Amino acid sequence: MRLTRTLKEYTAGTWTLFSVGVVLLMPLLLGIGIALKALPIFEHVTLTEMLTSGEWQPSSGKFGFLPFIVSSLVVTAIGLILMIPFGLLPAIYLTQYAPPRTLKVMRSVIDILAGIPSVIHGVWGVLIVVPLVSVYIAPIFGVNTTGYTILAGGIVLAIATLPFVLHMLLEVFRSIPMELKEASLSLGATYWETIKKVVLRKAFPGIIAAFALGVSKAFGETIAVLMVVGNIVQLPTSMFDAGYPLPALIANNYGEMLSIPMYDAALMFAALVLFIIVLIFNIFSRLAIQRTTQK
Amino acid sequence: MIEEKFFKYLMAVFTYSLIGLLFLILYEIFKKGFPALSWDMISQVPKGGFYFGKEGGILNAIVGSLYLALGASLLSILISLPVAIFISISLVKYEKWQHIIRLILDLLWGVPPIVYGAFMFSIMLSFGMKASLLAGIITIALLITPVMIRAMDEVLRNIPLGLLESSLSLGATRFETAVIFFRQALPGIATAFLLGFAKGVGDTAAVLFTVGYTDYIPRSVMEPAATLPLSIFFQLSSPIEEVKARAYAAAVVLTGIILIISVFSRYLSSRVSKNTIS
Repeated sequence: MRLTRTLKEYTAGTWTLFSVGVVLLMPLLLGIGIALKALPIFEHVTLTEMLTSGEWQPSSGKFGFLPFIVSSLVVTAIGLILMIPFGLLPAIYLTQYAPPRTLKVMRSVIDILAGIPSVIHGVWGVLIVVPLVSVYIAPIFGVNTTGYTILAGGIVLAIATLPFVLHMLLEVFRSIPMELKEASLSLGATYWETIKKVVLRKAFPGIIAAFALGVSKAFGETIAVLMVVGNIVQLPTSMFDAGYPLPALIANNYGEMLSIPMYDAALMFAALVLFIIVLIFNIFSRLAIQRTTQK
Repeated sequence: MIEEKFFKYLMAVFTYSLIGLLFLILYEIFKKGFPALSWDMISQVPKGGFYFGKEGGILNAIVGSLYLALGASLLSILISLPVAIFISISLVKYEKWQHIIRLILDLLWGVPPIVYGAFMFSIMLSFGMKASLLAGIITIALLITPVMIRAMDEVLRNIPLGLLESSLSLGATRFETAVIFFRQALPGIATAFLLGFAKGVGDTAAVLFTVGYTDYIPRSVMEPAATLPLSIFFQLSSPIEEVKARAYAAAVVLTGIILIISVFSRYLSSRVSKNTIS
């Protein structure tokens, strides 16, 4: 009896330690695994050339990532611009004005939105956003386009990432201490002044961090953007050009890359760039959020 | 005063527009997909000429997705359950370590699925492994483990410390205490499982190169499998209308599965409060 108890305890303990080890080592494993595979590319092309050249001809050994990096940045920027009002205003409303029941209902809505798979956002983007851009938005600017554009990518990206950002923002606003608001109100400030000058100021680092997390999520979003963004290798000059973000590059070319030398290393380099950018954004914003929401 | 009123209405409009957005997405998907949905569609595998608009269905993708998601969430729970319990029992006195582990989990959560896919693909190349259900299951398990641990962690950390103290003081081993915690948090753990399952059903980018694609239902984990998101993705890019219509039908099936899981997990988490001691 004693023995089985000890044995169970020992087995469970060992398995737990193993699991914890796997989880703790995972970021390191991911980084090393990708970096090792990306390494061969550095023997052929320099880092500066890859990051600043716009020439992309894998078959003749030219790997300039600039079109992809710029596309990624522009699509993400458009997504962020759209996310700011649709994230911030509902978050303030739901935490400061709305009755608890509304907050509960809206939480469910946000959760369901967050659960919608990326590919469904893509389908919806093809059905609604692409025609919207081509028929309604582009003509305003006097542009003729199929609708498969950077703008469409940005809109779909915003919709796909918004629930995640909203969730973070609600956490941030919820953690603002009530005493702070009470103090401000008792000094004669109106409710709106309190929100503007006390709540928003207190929440500011958290808000920035929530959007930074959204940006990093958006940066890695693959399928939804890929389906509407056009995927043409070029340096985009306007938001009505087709773009080709980094994740789309990886997703579109993984099948055929084995026949061309260095192609797989180049794609792994793209994955490494994604990984590093996302990791840096995440570390800073998670730390900032942890600091805001605790106390 | 006017400023406050203006902003209040503006904020309300933006807030309720979110409900509008959800309905718009669901409405469009269902409107396009329902006409294309039929019993054959969900009960048959693709037949000859399927990708030119001939007969057959997407059963291969439905079953493939369910196998993939179920396998991945089962594999993931083997890792995530001990870690979640470890954080709340063994590390209870080491708050700093709890923070560090939670931070690492959040970082892992932030890594894009496509990066997991690329990582797994390079490992498969090194071992000479072909795209298969097993490779897909491992990739998805890696992807959902951080989410599942964090979800369980949120439930476990709300269990009062007194329970831990009284269990240990009565002479229970850590494992036996863990079992008690497990039972306390069971509805929450089930919710976490469903969350991981839903993520596994819906993910596309991570399985793009790892799980392959086939017209058949896989009979072993070493065979490739089709998944719903990939079947939507491939068929939507077809120029043939009938094939596109199938992509919409598959989108309805996928959305339906996700919504059912979501409703079910909401029901489960509403029961969390009933079973636990507070």
